[in-house]
Amino acid sequence: MNTLWEFLSMSDANVRFVTIGSILLAASSAVVGCFTVLRKRALVGDAVAHAVLPGVCLAFILTGEKNPLILLFGSFLTGWLSLIIIDAITANSRIKEDTAIGLVLSVFFGIGILLLTSIQHSGNENQSGLDKFLFGSAAALVGQDLITFGAVAVLLLVSVVLLYKEFKLISFDMAYARTIGLPVRGLELLLTTLTVLAVVVGIQSVGVVLMSAMLITPAAAARFWTDRLGFMVVIAAVMSAFCGAAGAFVSFTAPAMPTGPWIVMLLSLLAIFSFILAPKKGLLARYLLQRRMRNQMTRENILKTLFLLGETKEDYAHSYSRQQIMERRQLPLLRMKDGLKSLCRKHLIKKNATGWALTEAGKKEAQRVVRLHRLWELYLTEYLQVASDHVHEDAESIEHVLTPELEKRLEELLNYPTSDPHQTTIPQQP
Amino acid sequence: MDAFWIILTGALVAICCSLLGCFLILRRMAMVGDAISHAVLPGIVLAFLFSGSREVWTMLIGAALLGVACTFLIEFFHKKANVQADASIGVTFTWLFALGIILISVFAGKVDLDQDCVLYGEIAYVPLDIWLTENGTNLGPRTVWIIGGVLVVLLTFIGLFFKQLYLTSFDPAFAAAIGLSTTLWYYLLMGAVSLTTVAAFESVGAILVVALMVGPPATAYLLTDDLKKMLLISAGAGIIASAAGFYLALWLNGSVAGAISAIIGVQFLLAFIFSPTHGLVSRRQKLAPLSPSL
Repeated sequence: MNTLWEFLSMSDANVRFVTIGSILLAASSAVVGCFTVLRKRALVGDAVAHAVLPGVCLAFILTGEKNPLILLFGSFLTGWLSLIIIDAITANSRIKEDTAIGLVLSVFFGIGILLLTSIQHSGNENQSGLDKFLFGSAAALVGQDLITFGAVAVLLLVSVVLLYKEFKLISFDMAYARTIGLPVRGLELLLTTLTVLAVVVGIQSVGVVLMSAMLITPAAAARFWTDRLGFMVVIAAVMSAFCGAAGAFVSFTAPAMPTGPWIVMLLSLLAIFSFILAPKKGLLARYLLQRRMRNQMTRENILKTLFLLGETKEDYAHSYSRQQIMERRQLPLLRMKDGLKSLCRKHLIKKNATGWALTEAGKKEAQRVVRLHRLWELYLTEYLQVASDHVHEDAESIEHVLTPELEKRLEELLNYPTSDPHQTTIPQQP
Repeated sequence: MDAFWIILTGALVAICCSLLGCFLILRRMAMVGDAISHAVLPGIVLAFLFSGSREVWTMLIGAALLGVACTFLIEFFHKKANVQADASIGVTFTWLFALGIILISVFAGKVDLDQDCVLYGEIAYVPLDIWLTENGTNLGPRTVWIIGGVLVVLLTFIGLFFKQLYLTSFDPAFAAAIGLSTTLWYYLLMGAVSLTTVAAFESVGAILVVALMVGPPATAYLLTDDLKKMLLISAGAGIIASAAGFYLALWLNGSVAGAISAIIGVQFLLAFIFSPTHGLVSRRQKLAPLSPSL
C-alpha cells in the first residue's frame, strides 16, 4: 500500500516522467488506433513500426549526430514511405495486401538492421542509444521526451477532435464520403500521417514489435463495449491510459521489469477479458443468448406436440407419457427433460400418474405457437406460391420468432383465415 | 570455410521458409507467418526453463506448441469471439511476444537469451558452434544439421502431401467436398511454420524468417502461375538472396540477416517492374495499344 501511495504521489521526478509519458503515449496511440482498426488496416501499424528503423539510421548516417528531432523526422519519412509502397504494390500487381505488408515490413526492417549494425561496427562512439528504437525503454524517459510526447499527443487529439466527423465517414462509408464531396484522398493521407506520427513517437518507449499492440489492442477491446465511435475512442483511450500507468507502476515496484511489455500484457489481458465477458457482444453473452433461445424453442415444441396430440382426440387435458410425446416428435432426451421441468415450474403443464398434460395456460400458449405455424404456412402458399407440402419446414423455425405485431399483420393480410393449406383449423385467438 | 557454412545455413533456411511461404501467401496468411515467428518466443523461454539448457529438441517442441497455440488463438478470437481478422492477429502475437519478454526479464539469471537475438539473430556465429562427436570428429556447425533435418522433414511433408496442401490452399470448398479436413491441413501447415521458425530463429532471427517466407514466394508469384514452378523459383530466389546477402553484409560490415532481407527486397522490386507476365512494364505495354482506340 505504501508503495502505491509513493507511486501515486509522484514525488520522484523519474517516476513522474515515466508515468506521464506512458499515459500520454498509450492514450494518443489508442485514439488513432481506433480509426486504423475500423478501416481494417490494423496490421499496417506493424509495418510502419518496423519501417521506422532505416529512417533513424539514415538520419544518423547523414548528420552524424543524435539530434532527436532529425531522427524523428527520418523515421517519420521512412514510416510514411512504407505505407505508400504497400499501397503501390497492392494497387499495381496481383500481390495481396497481407503479403505486401509482410514484405515491406521485413525488408525495411532488414535494411534498418543492416544499417544499424554497420553503424555500430564503424566505431562511431556517438551511436550508442540508437538501438533504443528497437526495443524501446520507457524507463529511460526524461523531461525532454515528455515535451515531445505531450506535443504529439495534443496534436493527435486536436486533429481527431476537429476532423472527427470526416474521419468517421471515411472509416465507415468511403463511397458516401466521396459522394458528398469530401477530399477523401487527403483525409486518408492525413489519417495515415497521424498513425505514422503516433508510431514514431511511441516506438521509443515500447519498441518496434509491441508498438502495433498500442494501436490495435485497445481499439479491438473497446469495440466490444459499444457501437458508437465516440464512446469507442474514449473507452480505448481510458483503457490505454490506465494500462500505461499500471505498467509504469509495475516497473516502479520491480525495477528489473520492462515497462513496455507490461503495458502490452495488461492491455492484452483487458482485451481478452472484453472479448469474452463484454455484455451483448462478448463470447459468453452470445453463448447465453443462444442457449436461452434454444431452450425456449424446446419448450414451445413440447407444448405444440402436446397440443397436436390432443387435437386428434379433441381432448386437450389428456396426459401423455414421454414415450408418446417422443413418438410424435423426436427431441434430444436431455433437452426434453429440462424442457418438461421448466414448463412444470411455469405451470404450463402438470405432471400426473400417466405423464404430462397441458394446463389451461399451457393450452393457450400452445395454441399461439400452432396458430403462428399455420398462419405462416398459409402465407407462404397464398402469397409466395410455395407448394403446400414444402411449407412445413420453414414454418417450424419461424413460429418461434414471429412477434404479436407481425401476427396481426399476417392475419389482416390473409383476411382472418380459419384453416391452413392442409385444411386443418387455425386455432383462434382467445 | 566460414563463408561456406554461413551461406549454406542461409540457403537451407531460405529453402525451408520459401517453400512454406508459397502456401502461406496463396492462403493470404502472410501475416500469420509473421505472427507465429514472434509468438514462439515464450515457448522458447519456457522450454529453456524446463530443460535448463539449450537442448535443441525441447526448444523445438516448446516453440512449435506455442506457434500452433498462437494460430489457434487467432482463429478462436476471430471465429468464436467475432474479433476482426487483422486485429485478432495483431492482438495475439503482441501479447505472446510481451509475455516472452516479461519471462526473460523475470528469469534473467537463468535464461541465456536476449531480445535482439530473437529479432535479428546472428548468422555470423553459426560456424563457431561446431558439432564434435565423442571421438572428436568435426561434423561441421550444429545449426546446419538442425536446419538440414527440418528441411528433410519439410521436403517429405510437401512431397508426400502436395496434393492435399495444393487443394486446401486453392479450393478449400472442393477439398472439403472430397473429404479432406481443411482444419487438419491448416494446423499441420502452421505446425511446420512454427518448426521452421524455431529451427531458424537462433541463427537468423524472426525478421529474416518473415522476409524469407514472404519475399521469395511473392517474387515467384509475379513470375509464374504454376504452383510447382513457384516453389522452385522461390527456393532458388532464396538461395541467391542468401549468397548475395552474405557478400553485401561483408562489404558494409553489417548484419547478414539484414543484408539478406535487403536483397530480397531488391529481387521483389525487379520482378515487380520487369516480370514478363505480371510486371509493371508489361502491364503498361498491354494497356497501351488499347488507349488510342478508346
